[in-house]
Amino acid sequence: MIGQVLTNGLLLGGLYACVAAGFSLVWGVLNVINLLHGTLVVLGGYLAWMAWAFLGLHPLLALPFVALVVGLFGAGLQAGVLNRAVGAPVLVTLVVTFGLDLIVGNGLLLGFGADYRTIRPSLTLGTAQIAGIYVPLDRAAAASAALAMTGGLYLMLRRSWLVRAIVAVRMDRDAARLMGVMVSRAYIVTFALSAALAGAAGDLLGLVFPISPLQSGDYLAISFTVCVLGGLGSVVGAAAGGLLLGLVESIAGLLLGPQNASLASFVLLIALLAFRPDGLFGRKGYA
Amino acid sequence: MTARLFRGLAWAATLGATAALFFLGDAYALRIGMTLAMFIALASGWNIIGGMAGYPSFATAGFFGLGAYAGALTQLRGVPMPLAWIVAAGVAAIVALAVGWIVLRLRGHYFAIASLAVMMVLRELATNWTMLTGGGMGLNLPVLQLGIIAQARLFFAAQAGLAIIAVIISALVASSGLGFALRCIRQNETAAGMLGLDARRAKSIAFAISAALAGAAGAIYASAISYIDPTDVFDLLNTVQPIIMAMLGGVGTVAGPVIGAALFVVLEQSIWTNFLSVHAALLGALVVALALFLPQGMLGQLHRRKVKP
Repeated sequence: MIGQVLTNGLLLGGLYACVAAGFSLVWGVLNVINLLHGTLVVLGGYLAWMAWAFLGLHPLLALPFVALVVGLFGAGLQAGVLNRAVGAPVLVTLVVTFGLDLIVGNGLLLGFGADYRTIRPSLTLGTAQIAGIYVPLDRAAAASAALAMTGGLYLMLRRSWLVRAIVAVRMDRDAARLMGVMVSRAYIVTFALSAALAGAAGDLLGLVFPISPLQSGDYLAISFTVCVLGGLGSVVGAAAGGLLLGLVESIAGLLLGPQNASLASFVLLIALLAFRPDGLFGRKGYA
Repeated sequence: MTARLFRGLAWAATLGATAALFFLGDAYALRIGMTLAMFIALASGWNIIGGMAGYPSFATAGFFGLGAYAGALTQLRGVPMPLAWIVAAGVAAIVALAVGWIVLRLRGHYFAIASLAVMMVLRELATNWTMLTGGGMGLNLPVLQLGIIAQARLFFAAQAGLAIIAVIISALVASSGLGFALRCIRQNETAAGMLGLDARRAKSIAFAISAALAGAAGAIYASAISYIDPTDVFDLLNTVQPIIMAMLGGVGTVAGPVIGAALFVVLEQSIWTNFLSVHAALLGALVVALALFLPQGMLGQLHRRKVKP
């Protein structure tokens, strides 16, 4: 029983890590809380649904395309609107991203309606039974792909020359500018990567859950909690926080009943903010 | 002197319009007036913690919903309606003091998220504590034995009264030592603390006042529509719209939230109701443009003009 609950929690947590990693990156580098993030996840879900419904593509195959499209959309938003708001007071950045969220969310509602869309690929992997624990293999594949995307972001931040600039901007914006980094371009790359990861997460979530515009608030709340759990602006923290949140939700669901699972995670969020605002793992990380 | 005279005339005209609406308005006009008054109370209340102290609270809808439920539950136990509204304001203020003890340690983004989480926790409690709140089914309030117009007048008068109280409270706060302390906190909390200012006390009082106003507004709203459920009273828009209104008029000023709320409701009634399907997108576009190009609000723009001839 416990093994089953832990497995479910980890499979959910892998997806949570991918949902939150990009949110954490933007918060850390741009110092902007992106209230649009949940809607970008939903946008990824709808693109995956379109790829499946019109082209017959399995979400795992559509993944790179969905990530690319949502990433480009994010780059456009950052270049067109958000670059003007970076560095403004907290209230201004919050209100700007909220306004963008209203616009994009309204567009999704007009385009797709409020009905739930479900992706049912003809090819399913079925369920494996390992040591008495049922493992739904589609979920396992989605969670592994999500963790792989998160790991890819980590490697890019560590290795890629282009993306190293983002880390430099996060450490010291003025020094980075003096060293010849185009700060506004680094912001665009950052937001595009974050949006691509959000889109990928939406694509993979579409394999597991129905897609609806009403879920964007839930994904945003998940991103907040994961960030605070794992520590801000660190990809490793987001991965650890995501897995931990998945475990907390499934254990709370077992002990307190499934309807109280999200209540437990909000209470955890407030408690952590109050007593360990730098996350459970303490140190502020850069990659 | 002329500016002072002008200001006095503007407030007098506002009160005159309120009285005219009360005596002459039909049910529809009274309903819009009630909504406007409610948002003036919410925006002025938010402005005390969010504008004067610079703490971007996203908990307004939480205290609004809490007040709605507190008022409804006391009314259902036979307490007279106006008394239930006062109880609701008190409950919201006490919860704000308790919650504030935790979340007011945080600043900036962290405070914004924590206050949003406070709202989410209150909504989850209202949804899941079915024994007390009826859960997702909602609560029915006692219906008044009054005609439509008489009812519309009563609740308009109640929300307008609350709005006037809210404006008077913000004027009192702004001109008192508390307002001075809040402005110091907004400019540099660490420095204010070093000079011996009790920042925690000032913030807690501001947060409690703001919550009490939201709670009373929620309780009057609940009595007026006589049915509440968690998704209606804990609506995130009830948090965000007052912030937008305060920004539209001028954050941190006494008159700003009033002007902003009036402009917003006029815009909403005249333009957006004709484009229902893109209502949210138009609101979003307004909000983005406002935050990017007019972050000081209308009043801020006026003052800037005066300084730079």
